[in-house]
Amino acid sequence: MQPFIAHTGLAVAINTANIDTDQIIPKQFLSKVTRDGFGVHLFHDWRYLDDDGDQVNPEFVMNQPRYQSATILIAEENFGCGSSREHAPWALQDYGLKVIIAPSFADIFYGNSINNGLLPVKLSHEQVQQIIAEIESEIGAQVSVDLENLKVISPSGATFDFTIAESARKNLLKGLDAIGLTLSFDQNISGYEAAIPAWRR
Amino acid sequence: MAQTLYEKVWRSHVVTEPQGEAPLIYVDRHLVHEVTSPQAFSGLKAAGRKLRAPEKTFATMDHNTSTQSASLDALSPMARIQVETLASNCDEFGVRLYDIHHPNQGIVHVMGPELGITLPGTVIVCGDSHTATHGAFGALAFGIGTSEVEHVMATQTLRQLKAKTMKIEVRGQVAAGITAKDIILAIIGKTGMDGGTGHVVEFCGQAIRDLSMEGRMTVCNMAIEMGAKAGMVAPDETTFAYLKGREFAPQGDDWEQAVAAWKQLRSDEGAVYDAEIVLDAADIAPQLTWGTNPGQVVGIDQCVPNPANESNDTLRDSMTKALAYIGLEADTPMTEVSINKVFIGSCTNSRIEDLRSAAEQAKGRKVADGVTALVVPGSGQVKLQAEAEGLDQIFIEAGFEWRLPGCSMCLAMNDDRLEEGDRCASTSNRNFEGRQGRGSCTHLVSPAMAAAAAIAGRFVDIRKPY
Repeated sequence: MQPFIAHTGLAVAINTANIDTDQIIPKQFLSKVTRDGFGVHLFHDWRYLDDDGDQVNPEFVMNQPRYQSATILIAEENFGCGSSREHAPWALQDYGLKVIIAPSFADIFYGNSINNGLLPVKLSHEQVQQIIAEIESEIGAQVSVDLENLKVISPSGATFDFTIAESARKNLLKGLDAIGLTLSFDQNISGYEAAIPAWRR
Repeated sequence: MAQTLYEKVWRSHVVTEPQGEAPLIYVDRHLVHEVTSPQAFSGLKAAGRKLRAPEKTFATMDHNTSTQSASLDALSPMARIQVETLASNCDEFGVRLYDIHHPNQGIVHVMGPELGITLPGTVIVCGDSHTATHGAFGALAFGIGTSEVEHVMATQTLRQLKAKTMKIEVRGQVAAGITAKDIILAIIGKTGMDGGTGHVVEFCGQAIRDLSMEGRMTVCNMAIEMGAKAGMVAPDETTFAYLKGREFAPQGDDWEQAVAAWKQLRSDEGAVYDAEIVLDAADIAPQLTWGTNPGQVVGIDQCVPNPANESNDTLRDSMTKALAYIGLEADTPMTEVSINKVFIGSCTNSRIEDLRSAAEQAKGRKVADGVTALVVPGSGQVKLQAEAEGLDQIFIEAGFEWRLPGCSMCLAMNDDRLEEGDRCASTSNRNFEGRQGRGSCTHLVSPAMAAAAAIAGRFVDIRKPY
């Protein structure tokens, strides 16, 4: 996993709550057996007018020319709810996004994002709305996210603190291989296994 | 200190808590299906790793499979590759697989419990959000992503921060005709679709205690639809009676020891929860969703809610957006809403009791003109049992289609999918935009309500003649 330390980039907002993982990456694209190539299908049903994805929906915010090459996505409460599909963070990342900012995230999506080095940042509803107002009023507005110091800087320079579990922050900053790290506790796992009661073996 | 059920199971699974890192917890059973596992197996191969405990891993094919033919030829080319990839991975890594030709094949959350793989006091994970189902046995069971699937395969553990706790008590008895599905939909209607985020929920109270294991599975299955990490029900005699003698349940002395251990699995007197919610069972009417998330739900005797009456901005916006998609007018009585498709199935409602309940409505009646209705049993065992009881004939004579086991139209990864403009009474768990097919509308209901809607061509109050 690539380390995540800080990022500054163009931000785009989908000002909606409860964006579920079925919207982020619909089921018809889950049949792949690899992790790559999901970005073209990101938000498929909103982004395209047809099933084949040939006709771009000009109404959808991420299709507007001013938001092309966005790397930060801003949304409202409960982002990533529903299905556990890790294809959701894969699609967001493959599209080019590096940070998602929202007031709250669904648990499984939140963990999946961190495990892929996609940073989920929780800010308050009011802070999210302020950033959305700023990026919508200025073409090319950029947002900065600093994981080392746990700060988000809006286009106007307003600074917001955010929190994330220290263990998650450390793993993201170092880009650690989680499995490799756990395997260093092999003796603890073997010890635990030896003590499992017979009915639970 | 007094502990909750969740805390007891959690503590008994902590392998180590390294300074500054998330605790490592042990995983007793790992369930695997074709959609969320191929990248995990690839990761193991790339790193030259093996499964730490292949005997604790169980795989099935369910999401992509055809419900019309038990043949690989019935699958789309990509689905076929995915199913074949699972088979070759299971072969290579030594994992037990229930493939489409196996009599016990089925939806992962139907098959696991019926084979006795699901046990109280265990930690069970699967790359599927509805893993919460297994909490009905007093297991700590939750859905994980594919990176975590790989982590479990390689280490038989997971990095997990401890969740908060929530108690949901459903007091008293439900009225006649009210099912587990109505109970859980009423709960989600009260908490909203994210009311449980960050929490493990313990369902308790007489109405929960009165449920069969299948009913408890329906309740816990949808814990994720209120955002909860997991749902749990303390095990009791109902649980032990269900499990005794099942293929992978403990036998002999192990069984006795297991039951003794399982009897300790209840929240202690005075245990403190981070949140508590109480519902009165007698207030619960047959439920159905009107919107595009499972929290947008009302009783059958109510009308489509009016966003103008909602004071919270976020909720009001969400209601307005939902109505625009679902194509209903505010204040319309739910009994005036017509449907043209019916789906009875999914890991929420495809077990034998669900099919009996639907068949009771269908018996001697006919599916309304213009309505297509599917019944998809949850597993090979459920299908066999239903056929032994003649339920398949009741459905077929009434004009329902009787299919092969699988996830089917719940997520529409196979060819069972709604067309644009279809409106479906569905016993599944998610009514998200496009979930069952682009531009289609889903209303979540119990099996009895779905079967009745198929007969009437619209939603009806099954407590009254229709």
